[in-house]
Amino acid sequence: MLHITKAAALRSSALAAAVAVVGSAAAAQGVTITYVSGAVGAAVENFDRLVAPWEERTGNDVVLVPMPASTTDQFGQYRLWLAAQNGDIDLYQTDVIWAPQLAEHFVDLTEAAAGIVDQHFPSIVESQTVNGRLVALPIFTDAPALYYRTDLLEKHGAEVPTTWAELTETAQRIQDAERAEGNSEIWGFVWQGNAYEGLTCNALEWIKSFGGGQIVEPDGTISVNNPQAVEALELAASWVGTISPEGVLAYQEEEARGVWQTGNAVFMRNWPYAYLLGNGEDSAVRGLFDVAPLPVGEGEGATSAATLGGWNVAVSRYGRNQEVALDLALYLASEEAQKQRAINEGNLPTIMSLYEDPEVLEANPYFERWQEVFLNAVPRPSAPTQNAYNQVSSLFWSAVHDVLSGNQSAADALEVLEADLEDLKGDGWQ
Amino acid sequence: MTTTATGAAAYAPDRGETGLQEQRARAAFWFLAPMLLMLFFVAAWPLLRSIWFSFTDTTLNNLYGGEWAGFQNYLTWRELPSGRIRWGGTLADPAWWNAVYNTVRFAVISVGLETLFGLLIALMLNAEFKGRGIVRAAILIPWAIPTIVSARMWGWMLNDQFGIINHMLLSVGLIDSPIAWTARADTAMIAVIVVDVWKTTPFMALLILAGLQMIPRDMYESARIDGIHPVRVFFRVTLPLLKPAIMVAVIFRLLDALRIFDLIYVLTPNSSATKTMSIVARENMIDFNRFAYGSAQSTLLFAIIFLFVTLYIWLGRVDLTGEGRR
Amino acid sequence: MTARAIFWNTMFYIAVAIVVVVAVFPFYYAVLTSFKTGTAIFRVTYLPDFGNLNWGNYQSVLSGRNFPRSVANSVFIATVTVIAALLLAVTASYALSRVRFRGRGLLLMTILAVSMFPQIAVLAGLFELINFLGLYNTPWALILSYTIFTLPFTVWVLTTFMRDLPVEIEEAAIVDGASPWVIITKVFMPLLWPALVTTGLLAFIGAWNEFLFALTFTITETQRTVPVAIALLSGASQQEIPWGPIMAASVIVTVPLIVLVLVFQRKIVAGLTAGGVKG
Repeated sequence: MLHITKAAALRSSALAAAVAVVGSAAAAQGVTITYVSGAVGAAVENFDRLVAPWEERTGNDVVLVPMPASTTDQFGQYRLWLAAQNGDIDLYQTDVIWAPQLAEHFVDLTEAAAGIVDQHFPSIVESQTVNGRLVALPIFTDAPALYYRTDLLEKHGAEVPTTWAELTETAQRIQDAERAEGNSEIWGFVWQGNAYEGLTCNALEWIKSFGGGQIVEPDGTISVNNPQAVEALELAASWVGTISPEGVLAYQEEEARGVWQTGNAVFMRNWPYAYLLGNGEDSAVRGLFDVAPLPVGEGEGATSAATLGGWNVAVSRYGRNQEVALDLALYLASEEAQKQRAINEGNLPTIMSLYEDPEVLEANPYFERWQEVFLNAVPRPSAPTQNAYNQVSSLFWSAVHDVLSGNQSAADALEVLEADLEDLKGDGWQ
Repeated sequence: MTTTATGAAAYAPDRGETGLQEQRARAAFWFLAPMLLMLFFVAAWPLLRSIWFSFTDTTLNNLYGGEWAGFQNYLTWRELPSGRIRWGGTLADPAWWNAVYNTVRFAVISVGLETLFGLLIALMLNAEFKGRGIVRAAILIPWAIPTIVSARMWGWMLNDQFGIINHMLLSVGLIDSPIAWTARADTAMIAVIVVDVWKTTPFMALLILAGLQMIPRDMYESARIDGIHPVRVFFRVTLPLLKPAIMVAVIFRLLDALRIFDLIYVLTPNSSATKTMSIVARENMIDFNRFAYGSAQSTLLFAIIFLFVTLYIWLGRVDLTGEGRR
Repeated sequence: MTARAIFWNTMFYIAVAIVVVVAVFPFYYAVLTSFKTGTAIFRVTYLPDFGNLNWGNYQSVLSGRNFPRSVANSVFIATVTVIAALLLAVTASYALSRVRFRGRGLLLMTILAVSMFPQIAVLAGLFELINFLGLYNTPWALILSYTIFTLPFTVWVLTTFMRDLPVEIEEAAIVDGASPWVIITKVFMPLLWPALVTTGLLAFIGAWNEFLFALTFTITETQRTVPVAIALLSGASQQEIPWGPIMAASVIVTVPLIVLVLVFQRKIVAGLTAGGVKG
């Protein structure tokens, strides 16, 4: 493990002080800042627009390095680059779950952000604090929604489902009816079933909503092998090939959105970014859908569960222009940038006051309802499992993928998973 | 210079020529040195470092701070308070054995099919017919396409909703609903094998064709005059004479198949049904922050390949260097 | 011709047709897809619609982002790799093929063994080395690491080739007392050209197609090679995975290779046979 040397600590606090004193004026140096981020939808174009005011104000340039949307693929590459202590990337857009694993490579932002952290939701700021160091600033948060087709529900006289059982039934009924009318491409429900981090999110929601815990509890206990979890996975497995296409086992967010946005799905589980894209000019479902919280499971402790997502910006310790990069990071986390992001991309802000902003609410009318959803969102067990999180998640999604593809019964898969996780845990997570 | 120093001059030290021979040997050393130095730096040294890492607890973040850990990354055990013995390390890791199984299955099936199809195509190209040039050009196309590109092309053709493969099979009536080829655990490996066979059969065909063309024509001629059935000729004459060419082609393909990475990384990422040794080793080294553990797996892969080749050469008496030909 | 012969002849040509169609179809279909945009992509068609060719995907790939830059990177890296490998290989192959010394067979086997190294087995060590030399995220990192498979291959093929050259050509020079260096440059080089072109071409294709090292040792979009750029191509579209641009990019990088391969068909077959190595 790298230890933060005293010199480095001094440097970063001096740097923070400099920024605090001189503000963004210190950044007017005409340098190029490289920002790396996964790119979904129209993220590339939107990012150019997003940073334009900052570029104009400071006279610096921002270059975006687009990466595949899969957070799993991004993480491996970032870890490698950071381990190489490479200075070609100044800012990393980091997933909410990465903080403990990459903390040592990022500049401590505690002092630089001292004046603004109060504007953000405390739980989100806390998730990015590792051993007292604030390693990344939140730029947007995420909690998935159930997208549903208002026109189809109305046509077939269905209510918005509140339980998974209702969803299954409604999706099947509308799918059958629509197909009988010749709409052969229609599917009931699309979601993310590819073997990757996104499946961990989906499956965590099913299990949590059935009262089956959250894989590894905050105190480090492995809880995943229980009857409710089995029930949840069995229900999900029953969707594949009935209300969901078999290909859902290879879908990530963008594939699901592809089916949805061409008008070929009644329901979709996806993140808020799909809301504005679905209302875009070339969308087949423009104005024909709305969102609701994800359905509730059955049994004791059943609830509606949404996995907490969200992205942050972190300053690399190896960047060549850390002061300027820090200034850009502060801008990206600021109210101005988050507002623009909310309006252009439909990302959920992490700044509390934006949930009362009329312009934001006009673009995303459902945000008002959503504050509650993500404040109660389930975190993935990245905090308790620390450095082992990626393995935990990989074991979990592999087991779930196996169940979904019918290779194993849910009960068997979870029993084996529990044993695997126990082996991984050993004497304790570290 | 003696009159006998014709053919032997370049090869064997002749009496009275030791001076010249020594000079040549010295020059040879200096001619070889740059290449050997280069290979040492890019191949031997990195390999030795990887093997060294596998015996330490090195992490990606601290490449130089790893401490000796013995065989911990390979196999370790520990008695739990209950008296149960818990095994650890790669050799006790089901994910590793799954990867070994996947890799071997992939290598054997795909190379087997490639050899079979390659042989058939080579026989076809060995016959005289109109348009042979066009056929040979056509089969070179899959080979020329970069692996990543062919993975992308096939990924698109195998797409469950819009892919042309499903479209074809549906319209012929072979299947009644679209198959998610790359997603389903039971078809993912088939998809990978199909793409690999498509891409590499041309290579096999060309190697075997070259072997075929070395078989003297008069052999077939005399067999024909003797009235021996062509199938018999194939099994009695052609195949035995082709064996060396096929053996060499198969070994090269097997080595390539055993280390496969890029095709699977792009076509079926993360699917445990297709994870191979290379994929798993990289995953541990980078994604899972178990650098030393991943190094142990890559060392094992190296050892497996090394063993495989040695056995193959020894058992098959394959003459790779071509030294025996003279 | 008897009916039987006609039957078998027909069967033969049917088999030929199947082989050709299977070999060419995926590429054909990629070309077909690359000319479609919007929702037309999702409709399966088997024949091109010449009245309706849409160059939009090509435009967006060539004008947008850094794809042309990736092509330039790949060309540069592959070229330098090939030149370096050939330079080192020519002298080494001469020594290996024309001079008899102890341990030559073993050395040849060792060199061949290097070309069989699984890339993953040297990845960790190479990562350290490249980092140590400060080459990370530069073309030199790839040029250095590609040497691991281009160099053994070129040495191998050139050695086989030189060994098959008649002894007599060397003799006169030896009689005249020419040094080995003179022999290589004056006697062998002119004869070697065909072999150099073949091996160079195969090494070029190998370097052009490599993926794992390129993925591991590059970071920024301006340093990516073509395979990495294609594997990571995503994002710049509103409609899910940009299949159109991906297919256009694939066609762009494949066409030059196919042309090269078809032009040098015979030489490549000869080189493959000598090296027995997949490019």
